[in-house]
Amino acid sequence: MSPVEELQQSPPPLSPAAPPNPLRRIRLSERAGDRIFRWTMLAFGAMVMILAAGICWELMRNSKLAWDAFGFKFLITSVWDPVMEVYGALPFIYGTIVSSIIALMIAVPLGVGSAIFLAELAPKKVSNILTFFIELLAAIPSVILGLMGIFVLVPAVKSAQPFLTKTLGFLPFFQGHAYGIGLLTAGIILAIMILPYITSISRDVILSVPQVLKEASLGLGATHWEMVRMVVLPYARSGILGSIFLALGRALGETMAVTMVIGNTPKISLSLFDPAYSMAAVIANEFSEATSDLYVHSLIAIALTLFAITIIVNGLARLMIYKTTLSKGRRS
Amino acid sequence: MNDLFSRRKLINNAMFTLTGVFTFFSLFSLFLILGYITYHGISSLNWNFFTKIPVPLGETGGGIANSIVGSAKVLGLACVFGIPIGVFGAVYLSEFGNNRIGFCIRYCADVLNGVPSIVMGIFAYTLVVLPMKGFSALSGSVALGIIMIPLVLRTTEEFIRLVPGSIREAALALGVPQWKVILRVVLPTASRGIMTGAILAVSRIAGETAPLIFTAFGNRFWDDGLLHPIATLPHTIFTYAIAPYDDWHRQAWAAALVLMAVVLIGNIGARVLMRSKGSASH
Repeated sequence: MSPVEELQQSPPPLSPAAPPNPLRRIRLSERAGDRIFRWTMLAFGAMVMILAAGICWELMRNSKLAWDAFGFKFLITSVWDPVMEVYGALPFIYGTIVSSIIALMIAVPLGVGSAIFLAELAPKKVSNILTFFIELLAAIPSVILGLMGIFVLVPAVKSAQPFLTKTLGFLPFFQGHAYGIGLLTAGIILAIMILPYITSISRDVILSVPQVLKEASLGLGATHWEMVRMVVLPYARSGILGSIFLALGRALGETMAVTMVIGNTPKISLSLFDPAYSMAAVIANEFSEATSDLYVHSLIAIALTLFAITIIVNGLARLMIYKTTLSKGRRS
Repeated sequence: MNDLFSRRKLINNAMFTLTGVFTFFSLFSLFLILGYITYHGISSLNWNFFTKIPVPLGETGGGIANSIVGSAKVLGLACVFGIPIGVFGAVYLSEFGNNRIGFCIRYCADVLNGVPSIVMGIFAYTLVVLPMKGFSALSGSVALGIIMIPLVLRTTEEFIRLVPGSIREAALALGVPQWKVILRVVLPTASRGIMTGAILAVSRIAGETAPLIFTAFGNRFWDDGLLHPIATLPHTIFTYAIAPYDDWHRQAWAAALVLMAVVLIGNIGARVLMRSKGSASH
């Protein structure tokens, strides 16, 4: 199940609206079998926490050499030279962040706009069907989007480059030659991937805005759009931001589609047409070829960094979404 | 006054037209992708494609049978890890988990859901590949199983919560111990929902490629057992797509079509299951 649906269906944790568990009351008289059962189930549930801790531990243990050798400078130097055994992760961090920002710049207006349309304008039935279709976009495996990227988007970006350079060429971002592969292409692919998350979660959040607030603003003479802008969006802001953060988390960690179109060149360049590299892509490309211990540890150090970033981004996103949905109990 | 009104009206219409156009864009990209892959993939689908293994470069023909079987093998084994842990963890969350520990587990699961699959792949690598000194089907399924756990956990919890409390109470009133009530009454009642969640989780991990690169690794031949490198569908698509041969590209499109069909059928099927379930319980 994609996290989009999972989010839609997951009840807010510790929600005051959660039905009281009838079994709680008889806890006192529970039998030995019940106690064993409860602890066993807890053990299964706790596996998730153990997993999170285990991932963290393993990544730290297996990236130790890199941190010992380069220290914090690992994250801010940009030389990546397996032959000389010098490793710096900056180009990958740069590529990851810039491609994600491009993705957000494209996907946020599209996603939030679609969400407004689906929640406010489309009839409920139509809206459900269209949302279902948009969510299917999230189900398409990223390797398939990468395939589309190589054979459709790369030529398209290549042919659009002269136009972009002519009109926007005064900006450093749009100068230079187009190979077709590069940051811009990766950003567009990522935008398609994260669009369904933003749309579907934002739609839910907007739908959960209380009807009375909307009616009140309409009663004061606001147009439908003014109601959306001045009542709905401020009310849903935290949830929409959460959906954007969640999408950002996805974009940061996306591997295959990006690997296939970003160009895989560890350099930092302002031009969006230039090939670049991302953290996930370098791990995917070089991990099975990494020969020396330091090389492997450096790649795992990148994985650890990526893990830390996505944990923070996702943790924030979840809290923001919980916050909006909690106050309203279950969405219907 | 009138001027202001018509301007507001205009903005209103303009903005909503814009949101409609945005929605159209989103849907358009979906159908463009589906249509394009079907168009390019369908011509290369034939019997050989499903029953033969890849032929050496230069020869035509051959198929991806080993990838299909390999994918099935890895996914099956991943389910063996992922589904029980997810389902039983969900039993804890839904039946006993309205407390701090439950919140922590839920939060961990949600955050883990957002962790890039490639990180899970690295974890499986350090956990299985390094100690066993070799890429294997087993390590691939460990990676995919780990990705499954939080997904299954959260959907199953939701579905178990849908089981009406009256059913639990009725069974308890008959003097049945709680653990039996949960295993024999609650879980079977929620079984359709649990299945839905499992199908969705499987169709999600069926397309995962990144963690397989350095766990299952890929293989151009039939593999035997679980301890050797194994070919999987998404990994084959990746290998074929970035190779410079036209014949491989053709096969990549066909394989993409197969994979997409599997994923979409799983997704749509699960939702249909879920919808009929929802209408039955209300």
